[in-house]
Amino acid sequence: MSGKSVLRRIDWLSVVLYLSLVIIGWSNIYSTTFTEADESIFNFSTLHGKQLFFIGVSLVAVLIIMALEVNFYERFSSVFYLLSIASLLGLFIFGKTIAGATSWYDLGFFNLQPSEIAKVATALALAKYLSDIQTDIKRGKDQLIALFIIVLPALLIIPQPDPGSALVFFALTFVVFREGLPLYYLAIGLTLIFVFIITLMFGTIWLTIGLALLIVLLFALKRKTFKIPILPLTVTAVAVVLFSLSVNFVFNTFFEQRHRDRFSLWLRLEKDPKKLEQIRKTIGYNTYQSEKAIESGGFFGKGYLEGTRTKGDFVPEQHTDYIFSTVGEEWGFVGTATVVLLFTLLFLRLVSLAERQKNDFARMYGYGVISILFIHYFINIGMVIGVLPTIGIPLPFFSYGGSGLLFFTILLFIFLRLDTNRLKDSF
Amino acid sequence: MRRILLSSVIVIIGFTFLTRLSYLQIFSFSPEQVMEDPAIKAIYDYPERGYIYDRNGQLLVGNEPAYDVMVIPREVKPLDTLEFCSLLSITKDKFKEKLHKAHVYSPRLPSVLVPQLSKEDYAKLQEKMRKYEGFYIQKRSLRYYDTPSAANVLGYISEVNEWELSQNKHYVQGELKGRTGIERYYEDILRGRKGVQYIQKDRFNRDIGPYKEGDLDTLPEQGKQISVTLDKALQEYGEKLMVGKRGGIVAIEPATGEVLTMISGPTYDPSLLVGRNRSKNYSELYYDSIAKPLYNRAILAEGSPGSPFKTLNALVALQEGVVDENTKVTCYNGFYVGGRKKGCHCGGGVRDLNSGIYKSCNAYFAHTFRKIFDKYNTTDEGMDVWEKHIKSFGLGDFLGYDLPTGRKGLIPTKEFYDKWYGDNRWASSTIISLSIGQGEVLATPVQLANMTAAIANRGHYFTPHLLKKVAGKDIVDPRFTEAKHTTIDKKHFEPIIDGMAEVYTKGTARWVRIPGIEIAGKTGTVENFTKIEGKRTQLTDHSVFVAFAPVNNPKIAIAVYIENGYYGSRYAGHIASLMIEKHLKGAISRKDLEKKMLEKTLEHEYQKPFSGEEFKINEYVW
Repeated sequence: MSGKSVLRRIDWLSVVLYLSLVIIGWSNIYSTTFTEADESIFNFSTLHGKQLFFIGVSLVAVLIIMALEVNFYERFSSVFYLLSIASLLGLFIFGKTIAGATSWYDLGFFNLQPSEIAKVATALALAKYLSDIQTDIKRGKDQLIALFIIVLPALLIIPQPDPGSALVFFALTFVVFREGLPLYYLAIGLTLIFVFIITLMFGTIWLTIGLALLIVLLFALKRKTFKIPILPLTVTAVAVVLFSLSVNFVFNTFFEQRHRDRFSLWLRLEKDPKKLEQIRKTIGYNTYQSEKAIESGGFFGKGYLEGTRTKGDFVPEQHTDYIFSTVGEEWGFVGTATVVLLFTLLFLRLVSLAERQKNDFARMYGYGVISILFIHYFINIGMVIGVLPTIGIPLPFFSYGGSGLLFFTILLFIFLRLDTNRLKDSF
Repeated sequence: MRRILLSSVIVIIGFTFLTRLSYLQIFSFSPEQVMEDPAIKAIYDYPERGYIYDRNGQLLVGNEPAYDVMVIPREVKPLDTLEFCSLLSITKDKFKEKLHKAHVYSPRLPSVLVPQLSKEDYAKLQEKMRKYEGFYIQKRSLRYYDTPSAANVLGYISEVNEWELSQNKHYVQGELKGRTGIERYYEDILRGRKGVQYIQKDRFNRDIGPYKEGDLDTLPEQGKQISVTLDKALQEYGEKLMVGKRGGIVAIEPATGEVLTMISGPTYDPSLLVGRNRSKNYSELYYDSIAKPLYNRAILAEGSPGSPFKTLNALVALQEGVVDENTKVTCYNGFYVGGRKKGCHCGGGVRDLNSGIYKSCNAYFAHTFRKIFDKYNTTDEGMDVWEKHIKSFGLGDFLGYDLPTGRKGLIPTKEFYDKWYGDNRWASSTIISLSIGQGEVLATPVQLANMTAAIANRGHYFTPHLLKKVAGKDIVDPRFTEAKHTTIDKKHFEPIIDGMAEVYTKGTARWVRIPGIEIAGKTGTVENFTKIEGKRTQLTDHSVFVAFAPVNNPKIAIAVYIENGYYGSRYAGHIASLMIEKHLKGAISRKDLEKKMLEKTLEHEYQKPFSGEEFKINEYVW
């Protein structure tokens, strides 16, 4: 295949969206890290200079990805997966510790984060396994294997400790659902999350009362033609109550105080407004500052490089996890809405690309890519604007960080490479 | 279903984010946030408060520098508290308390720790200030008074309180604001506008340059200087005369409505309310609930006007045509109302308008008053007409002068008496006290002076006011420059003024004539009562006098109200004549009279109700 035809068939809309996000992201990193003394944006001793270098590296990676044979990725996906698992294990021996987490290899000129590689490798491996002709996702054994592929890297990442990155892998269940995993798994999962939140907010007693009322209502509105399944209903209700009781137990026994504080902040469990404000300003300090910075931007923002809170370094980790608050302060609602729309467009575009794949592996990998990018976007922005508890993961293409940018790019462009071949149902 | 699951989630989350962001950035956003932004510090440059001059360009109020010790609580490092406190001459407890208060106000913003250092303390402290991180000295100007008088007119200033801080964004903690008098009324003119400089800070609170290159910074705008209508010399002289007396003096220039003097006795030295002893002095003044030096009697003390009010009743009667100059009334050392005799001190005999005024004959005015009401079919109608005429002299309502406080006084209406006595249960005979300015009618000294000015002008007045010039330019406020007309025709004033002039030649004030000046005046002697241990007790009469001079080209209209000064010409008449002479001639020829007034006090009268013993009133001892 000639390079020219790849360029002709690549999905340019996705590329343009990608580049927009990378450019906007870098501009904001520049804003958070520049000082009046900087002479050149190409000064690689500065953070924005380094990031610019990695943008270059990523573009080189894109060229390599485009140049490689399209079936290379499917063929070697198992190898990638095993290598990435090995690299995660290697961290226990050779890992470099930064800010309390042993998540990096020190490569001299930069620190490599193998969990980033694992995201790509796991997405490939899962697609490879699910697209295998012998795999039937309706089968319990195959479900377990799929789950194992997803969970294994997560289990290795949790003890680094980096629970945020570990959480990302669970997003890959989207792929499995797309491919036919019964939806009641999803229903059960959502119910458990719902019960968990309700229990924390209102307590088991109110949950039980609410459940009882719901059942009474069900009987009251009963139609003759509809028979209420009494036994399953009872079992479900009892299970829910038991789960709710266990939530209390787990929350109070196994969670650490800082986790409890994050939840009590997120769900506003603390009723005393003074104490709540206190928690906001101490435990929720980062989020408090980032919300304030975003709020202070107003509709049009304070202007590029004019963010007072950004300049004053009030939001911690602003160039990495909290980069979105810079957008909020300097570009206002116009900027934040634009970024949210760009991401949403990119995701929807990728979904439509995935759906048009004739090849199962390509579609499944596409879903894996979207799941991983989306969960980062969802958790990161949700945290920065204060609708989700604090979970430290980067915003794709935006946050400062070399391996992050490089592997998000690789993740995306492998899919775009596969897409150039979409008209053939096999490679 | 499975195909759109992820897309739906993507779209729903997108919407959720946009909702949350619009809540934060559109609904919660307020432009004032710049003040709360920890990254921006505002440094204020206080303007000098405007100077206040008298009508002749004499300085009344100026400024002098003072030094405040400021603190930014979170920048305070551990320090040698003992040494610092001794430098500031405050106790350690006080220091801790102040620091705590400052911290509560804001750990980040500067608060005043010790206001208004003396020059000596400042000199001592200045050199060592570097040692104390988080503290600094801020220079500021304080009020300086070039006169010991006019305290209640000029008013005082003090620091804004927390409530005002929350209400008015203009002020910041530690700033001074006019509290009473002219300082309060003309606060906006006098204070100017403070300049502000915004500094960009980082999270360690270090300066990292000007915010927005200083685009939002403003320069201070100096307060404007003003001239007031007071005559410093006359004001100071009047206050000397008032030593030991309670009451009010108001003098107005009839042609303009400019207030020449406004005196309330007892008063205080305005310098007492400046500097570090301010709060101590203020408490002493504030808690003197008997002499009430902070109470501006000239505009707040409502009392019955007494006989000067007869002139208005005479004017109403002439206007209504119920009497003329020749109408005669016989006084039998009193008159009869409903079978009861009321007394009169005029000496008895046949009275006409002229002698009725200069002899202050009660019988004449009772008779005249009833005639006004007899003209109309009902008492209600008569009452409305009478009320309309009287109120046109600025009585019974706020005058609208430029001071922040005041009282309406009281001109009773038919509704008032319907409530008091019941519908149709009263008549002109019931309210006959109004004919001689006693009973329900109440007026403040400034209202009496204004009424006198209206007579002097033969039928109109200008709202009394204190502002003469702003930044050297005469005021053009129509509130003060447009004449208010009374409902009495000009021609009716001459007979009244003739009578008032004869008060000095033949009548009740012939003892206080000023050689070479023709004065028209009217004495008043007002009965008054107080409650002592629940018992209504009569006190010595109030001495009241209104006058204007010269009769044919009035330069001054004056009202003097001396509490418990006995009959009209005694204290009030003396003081009024001295004030008029001082104003018109610049010097006093009657030295013995002046000496007597300066020395005499009424303290013994004011002690009587508090003595706990029986006491005599209206004693002739003089």
